[in-house]
Amino acid sequence: MRRTASRRRLALAFSAALVLLAAVVVLSLAVGARELSPAAVLGALVDPVGDDVSHIVWTVRVPRTALGLVVGAALALAGALMQAVTRNPLADPGLLGVNAGAAAAVVLAVVLGAPQDPALRLGLALLGAGVAAAIVIGLGSAGGAGGQGRLVLAGAAVSASLAGVVAGITLLDQEAFDQYRFWAVGSLADQPLSSLLVPAPALAAGLVLGLTLVSRLDVLALGDDGSSALGVHPARTRVLGLLAVVLLCGAATAVVGPITFLGLAVPHAARLICGPRSGWIVAFSLVLGPVLLLGADIIGRLVARPGEIEVAIVMGAVGAPVFIALVRTRSVPAL
Amino acid sequence: MRLRGVVLVAGLCATAAGLIVVAVSTGTAAISWGEVVSTLLGEGDERSRLVLFELRLPRLALALVVGGALAAAGALFQSMTRNPLGSPDLVGFTTGAATGALAALLLLPTAVPAGAGAVVGGLAVAAVALALGGTGHRLVLVGIGLAALLTSVNAYLLTRADVTEAQSAAVWLVGSLNGRTAYLPMTAIAVAVLLVPAALLSRSLAVMELGDDKADSLGIAPARMRVVVVVVAIGLTAAAVAAAGPIAFVALAAPQLARRAARAARPLVLTSALLGAVLLLASDLLAQRVLAPQQLPVGAATGVLGGVYLAVVLALNARRERR
Repeated sequence: MRRTASRRRLALAFSAALVLLAAVVVLSLAVGARELSPAAVLGALVDPVGDDVSHIVWTVRVPRTALGLVVGAALALAGALMQAVTRNPLADPGLLGVNAGAAAAVVLAVVLGAPQDPALRLGLALLGAGVAAAIVIGLGSAGGAGGQGRLVLAGAAVSASLAGVVAGITLLDQEAFDQYRFWAVGSLADQPLSSLLVPAPALAAGLVLGLTLVSRLDVLALGDDGSSALGVHPARTRVLGLLAVVLLCGAATAVVGPITFLGLAVPHAARLICGPRSGWIVAFSLVLGPVLLLGADIIGRLVARPGEIEVAIVMGAVGAPVFIALVRTRSVPAL
Repeated sequence: MRLRGVVLVAGLCATAAGLIVVAVSTGTAAISWGEVVSTLLGEGDERSRLVLFELRLPRLALALVVGGALAAAGALFQSMTRNPLGSPDLVGFTTGAATGALAALLLLPTAVPAGAGAVVGGLAVAAVALALGGTGHRLVLVGIGLAALLTSVNAYLLTRADVTEAQSAAVWLVGSLNGRTAYLPMTAIAVAVLLVPAALLSRSLAVMELGDDKADSLGIAPARMRVVVVVVAIGLTAAAVAAAGPIAFVALAAPQLARRAARAARPLVLTSALLGAVLLLASDLLAQRVLAPQQLPVGAATGVLGGVYLAVVLALNARRERR
């Protein structure tokens, strides 16, 4: 049996995570094509005098960092919720077709001549993500327990079908292809602060819904019979949880493009720290998600200076080994 | 049942013949059936000779060869991993091949042909997946993880090029038979050579499906045999991918369909190959004709069809388990 960490140790670990987050935020503001000292960044933040430094900080670094904070927290929370409600350690929004659904909806909108309106795009991405996730979960969890691998496979099946649709469209329509390829790479760069305004309601709704479910997640882990006996309606909790997942990662994906593995890796890291307690897992995920995303973003800015590598690629390079290690060490049931 | 198998093969041959008739006699250039026959007998005019011998026949031959190779490889893979989902698609070969082809086209445009890049990329990823995932069901999940990583690499490569160049390179993400008939002789020879050991392996594979201990006691060394199977299966996949790029799901679906239709207890390598050939020819006709004169890559069609197929299989399995 794993020894449960004491309350005090957890509080200490959580403070350490918050310090880490603060450090990553400072680094994210300071590191880039032009190196700025933390003191200069601080100066520009409190007193924007209109020189180069405050221009860079306020139009480039602050929006990027804010986006990283919001998206990182949203995807990590989505991952934690998804793993809890599907009782599947391999659940990740990216592996379960949410990205593919959002992509197909976005591309279809371009082809059908929808206007370039961020709100419309967001709505369509949410719709596509929701439909894809519903199909994957319907197929993947139909067999009840033992379906961990099956859920991932259902995600692969739905993603492949949608990828065929996206490929067919983008190969025939150059404009759709051009828009799609820059969205599909997944990046935090070049977005104004206002790009967070459109998805804000969806993200806030997802966050609130997710947090209200936290207390029921531990009960859900006891299985359907166990949770019914304790007064938690398993099916209703599951549907609400997945609704929160779709809101959170549909909105995040619509803004920054598909980012896989963050939602998978962060809740696992959290679980290593605090053990199987949903409240703490969610709290740690909300802090560590932005740490990982901004950390990956900073690495991407450093390795290819003066250019940069998009955050989703760094995430993949970090996340794929984590996923493979999980698959190798856990006893995954036969498919 | 042996009779069932014979009926299945006969039915497949008839379907193939029907599809060939459609493929040679329809298309953008209108050529009547009478003209087709007279051209085949060596009497037609210049134009119909060009359309038939330079365009339609090579293309349909390539579709048959590529589909057959992919399906045979899938049959070997599935039998060896004892997993209906163990195909070169799901161990990451497909995505790796796309990465290789994109890298060749966009980074080394004159030095390396895209087909060679695809083969190298696919082989590298399959090797990593096998090294990390073994030969059981874990292999599939490791492959999905690797594929997810490479998908973002592919997206990155596509953003680093001019839009027209990137769009034509993106065809290698899904696999296509458009303008690839120059590869036909090479591919046909490689596939014909590899199908012989593939067919001979089917008896040993049937024994190995009973378990390693049984195979050992019947004089088949399972570990050594698995290496042979992997080499032949990857060789067949590589031959197909070099010509057409990573076409999804033929390798996954064809062997399963063949086995279900024949109700056979052992892997049917050659029947699967025949079914795969028919499947790819039909998909290619669909991809060429649905939006004609626009030509969809055949991989887009098999991707959609295959995803639906996989979803149906999962749903059926779930229903069976619930009982």
